[in-house]
Amino acid sequence: MTGRFEPNIVGILCNWCSYTGADLAGVARIKYPANIKIVRVMCTGRVDPAFVLKAFKEGADGVLVSGCHPGSCHYVDGNIKMMRREPLLSAMLEQLGIEGTRFKLVWVSASEGERFAKIVAEMTEEIRRLGPLTIKEGEQVG
Amino acid sequence: MQEKIGVYICHCGSNIAATVDVERVAKEAGGWDQVAVARDYKYMCSDPGQELIKKDIRELGLSRVVVAACSPRMHEPTFRRALEQAGINGYLLEMANIREQCSWISMDDHASTAKAISLTRAAVRRVVHHRPIHEREVPVNNATMVVGGGISGIQAALQIAQAGYPVYLIEREPSIGGHMAKFDKTFPTMDCAACILTPKMVSVNQDPNIKLLTCSEVVHVDGYVGNFKVKVKKRPRYVEEHLCTGCGDCESACILKGKILSEFDMGLSKRSAAYIPFPQAVPLKAVIDAKNCLMLTKGKCSKACAKACQREAINFSQQEEVIDLEVGSIILATGYDLFDPTQGPQWGYGTYDNVLTGLQFERMTNASGPTQGKILMKDGREPRRVAIMHCIGSRDENYHKHCSRVCCMSSVKFAHLVKEKLDAEVYEFYIDMRTFGKQYEEFYNRVQEEGVNFIRGKAAEVTEIDGQLTVRAEDTLLGAYREIPVDMVILNTALVPRHDTDKVSQIFGVSRSADGFFLESHIKLDPVTTTTDGIHLAGCCQSPKDIPDSVAQGSAAAAQSLAVIATGKVKISPITASIDQEFCAGCKMCIGGCPFKAITFNEDAKVSTVNQAVCKGCGTCGAICPSGAIAIAHFSDQQIFAQIEGVCSQ
Amino acid sequence: MAKLKLAVYWTAACGGCDVAILDMNERIMAVGDACDIVLWPLAADGKYHHVEGMPDHSIDVCLFHGAIRNSENLAMARLLREKSNILVSFGSCASLGGIPGLANFYSREEIFRRAYMESESTVNREGVFPQQSVAVPEGELTLPEFFDTVYTLAQVVPVDYFIPGCPPTTDQIWTAVQAVVSGNLPPRKTVIAGRKSLCDECPRVKEEKKIQSFKRPFEVMVDPAKCLIEQGIVCCGPATRGGCGARCTKANMPCRGCFGPPDQIADQGAKLVGALASIIDSQDPQELRKISHLLADPAGIFYRFSLADSLLKHKRKEVC
Repeated sequence: MTGRFEPNIVGILCNWCSYTGADLAGVARIKYPANIKIVRVMCTGRVDPAFVLKAFKEGADGVLVSGCHPGSCHYVDGNIKMMRREPLLSAMLEQLGIEGTRFKLVWVSASEGERFAKIVAEMTEEIRRLGPLTIKEGEQVG
Repeated sequence: MQEKIGVYICHCGSNIAATVDVERVAKEAGGWDQVAVARDYKYMCSDPGQELIKKDIRELGLSRVVVAACSPRMHEPTFRRALEQAGINGYLLEMANIREQCSWISMDDHASTAKAISLTRAAVRRVVHHRPIHEREVPVNNATMVVGGGISGIQAALQIAQAGYPVYLIEREPSIGGHMAKFDKTFPTMDCAACILTPKMVSVNQDPNIKLLTCSEVVHVDGYVGNFKVKVKKRPRYVEEHLCTGCGDCESACILKGKILSEFDMGLSKRSAAYIPFPQAVPLKAVIDAKNCLMLTKGKCSKACAKACQREAINFSQQEEVIDLEVGSIILATGYDLFDPTQGPQWGYGTYDNVLTGLQFERMTNASGPTQGKILMKDGREPRRVAIMHCIGSRDENYHKHCSRVCCMSSVKFAHLVKEKLDAEVYEFYIDMRTFGKQYEEFYNRVQEEGVNFIRGKAAEVTEIDGQLTVRAEDTLLGAYREIPVDMVILNTALVPRHDTDKVSQIFGVSRSADGFFLESHIKLDPVTTTTDGIHLAGCCQSPKDIPDSVAQGSAAAAQSLAVIATGKVKISPITASIDQEFCAGCKMCIGGCPFKAITFNEDAKVSTVNQAVCKGCGTCGAICPSGAIAIAHFSDQQIFAQIEGVCSQ
Repeated sequence: MAKLKLAVYWTAACGGCDVAILDMNERIMAVGDACDIVLWPLAADGKYHHVEGMPDHSIDVCLFHGAIRNSENLAMARLLREKSNILVSFGSCASLGGIPGLANFYSREEIFRRAYMESESTVNREGVFPQQSVAVPEGELTLPEFFDTVYTLAQVVPVDYFIPGCPPTTDQIWTAVQAVVSGNLPPRKTVIAGRKSLCDECPRVKEEKKIQSFKRPFEVMVDPAKCLIEQGIVCCGPATRGGCGARCTKANMPCRGCFGPPDQIADQGAKLVGALASIIDSQDPQELRKISHLLADPAGIFYRFSLADSLLKHKRKEVC
């Protein structure tokens, strides 16, 4: 490996659409950066904003939340709940110094393996340009 | 408490091992906290692979298992079963997806191995927090609902009824039969479509196990496999079905007789406002067209139909009904729409007389059709030169990318019918000939010998040159541009998803694939079920199909539904929400958040409670509950936090 | 029986907690009867060397209020930890970082620049900033180090009990005093407050929730009987530990979150976003953005008291 910065991206994906879409990308042998590591939830409605904060706290350089397209949620409208959280959560992240590029909410259906790969590739590249996110610990006081 | 975790890394032959250093993953995992054993093996899902896990559980007393292999969507049930067989709860398993989401997506061995380690570590961290949970079993309602009365829906309904179980067959139109009822002959044997379909339609009507609801649409589906609750909206027919004998007196009497374009004849003939859809309709009952009937639209009519009906079956005051059904499984057989060729002005449809769609041609050649089977131009003459154009709207970047699968064969059939009935030149414009089915190639050969001109090249334009209808195309075999004067053009239009597929997919909670058709569980190994348990697919709503395949899938869907019925009970996922009364402060934030209305408020205790039978485990309420009182089984905050820590730690 | 030795100490705090202790009125006499006050800067003089001279664990109970903002705060926290048997994290600043913890939205440099250069009443043409040590003819003058981050007490030393609140209520204080005096102590790490969130004790009628917009209290004629959130007012009560008696919501003002999150929540701000955003009555991304932006300072509102104790604790330092 060269010294190139490889961002660590946590993907939180819904089981029915996006996780299946990500599987499909694999089945179709579409190549995309290995930087994303996927955590499965049943629905993006489950995505507590704390999951996103936790990922950044643990050292993620980016967090991608992906669910079913609006209108095709396996649980009627769980994804809409996440859609409602996104603007406030993004605003709060900005205030905490975490750029909008580092947190994304997207919709990827079970058939959009190619789209998923493209989104990951783009996000990886954007974050690579942005550089690492370090949540520095403060002074040694403990 | 200290857990004893067994970690198993699958090679999946070379599927994983080619890019992931599986031995290194196992070696790393062996050094992690609470990991008692870490092994790699050629095929974890094989019997010896599973045996390896079971043996370790028994001999080493493993309390948790991590399998790093394919997607959990593939083999989670397999490994859960292995755990259960070895005596520990199946949910004490976590899988790391190192195939679909790791080895298959990366060419970089180093990155793949690092990612596999990371995903496996996350699984190990997560599994520590797993708790045994148990699937619930609930009884299954033995009725099935089949949505759509085309050939595949009919086949599915008959099959289930034959097995002795009740079926509700829901049809939007006034008669079952679907597209097939409109066809003339069927390839490759040239059987008459009506001759082979009508007996099946009649059986539907006569089978005591089948309850046929026509003019009906499903508007709401609730519940889950084994116990669906369905609302069906039945539009008024304005004819009392139990009184109507199908004599057709109302049709003859209707003062709009011969004024309304017939849907069945694809607009090539005209009908009355009170009419029988077609001679073989099932049920053979008249229906009044509410869009055109003067009585229903304007409230003023001599009501000649009602006067003509000796049975007094006509009832203008019929109202729409909503019928509640309870069924154990559902078969979607909602079919397809035909591509509308007016979308491409280059094809001249609607601009020039004598440019027909394939289905219009089917009606024309049908002996009971508008011309009694004669192939005629608008002016009543027989055409001398006929062009048949393939792939109208399919295999076309501008419209639909998919191949409609039936058009090559139906085009060859059209050519044969023209040759059989007329002394005419026939030109077929095709991109590739796809005659893949049983006896299809033989049929194609036969038609070739009949002297049909096959031109390899998609027809680009239908135009008129000096009043002469002309097809412009590139003949790719000759490498030449050609202009061929013709008298008639048949556009073989694409099979496309129903215009309301989106709405239907939402009602039933099924996904759609990129082409817009309903998405099956697995494109190869499970093309009949959907990701919603208990909802199965048959026919063209899943993808374009010819009749043999539609029938086969209808039977397959019936088998899936019968399997649900035969087991008598279904397992309900234990992944549900629960509310800790110790912490619920009664803020009612969660109540409206549940998509299934599973949360109710207990006014006495001032806390919310979850109805476990209704909860589907999406976990939305867990993210909403501001006081941390709601826990989601198998997707707890703690479990997800641990997994996030795992993928983030270096 | 020998009297208990009681210390009350403050660090980065406003002193309201001291006043809250005095607010116990005549019950303070009972405290006086039961305890010898060995240190209480607000009420009685005391020097560092007095505390340093005390034997370890000689203070029975230390009520420590205030956040850890500088090296002097830290030194006193460590010292009092050594000298005390029971160290109580008293008030929101010690327990959660409190209002001083909001400084974690800024770096030390930003705070200094604002305080010593840019504030409206400051003229500092030479650009002089406080230094940790300055040589003067008389010798070297030192100041404590101003940390880059505000810490809670429990982040720097082990704490035995927590009494949150800005300030804690007199009832909470009395409960704690009685527990200490009787020797009937709850398990270590107990938070002396409610277990459930504030809504449990808030008398307002609560219904299924939907909100059309976020409003500030002055923009609404507040219905005194109805849940404030249902009236569009941002109330932190649902994700805030109860035990205060719902003093604010009873006075028609929303909960500001001073008791911090209940035990089972990882992050108060995240929970408030999760809850409040999920009930916005819209499915349109544009409209959602518009409604969300009505909250000018979401992090400031949702972490008003708990930023220093939240998952991220501090604005990312590289971008401060």
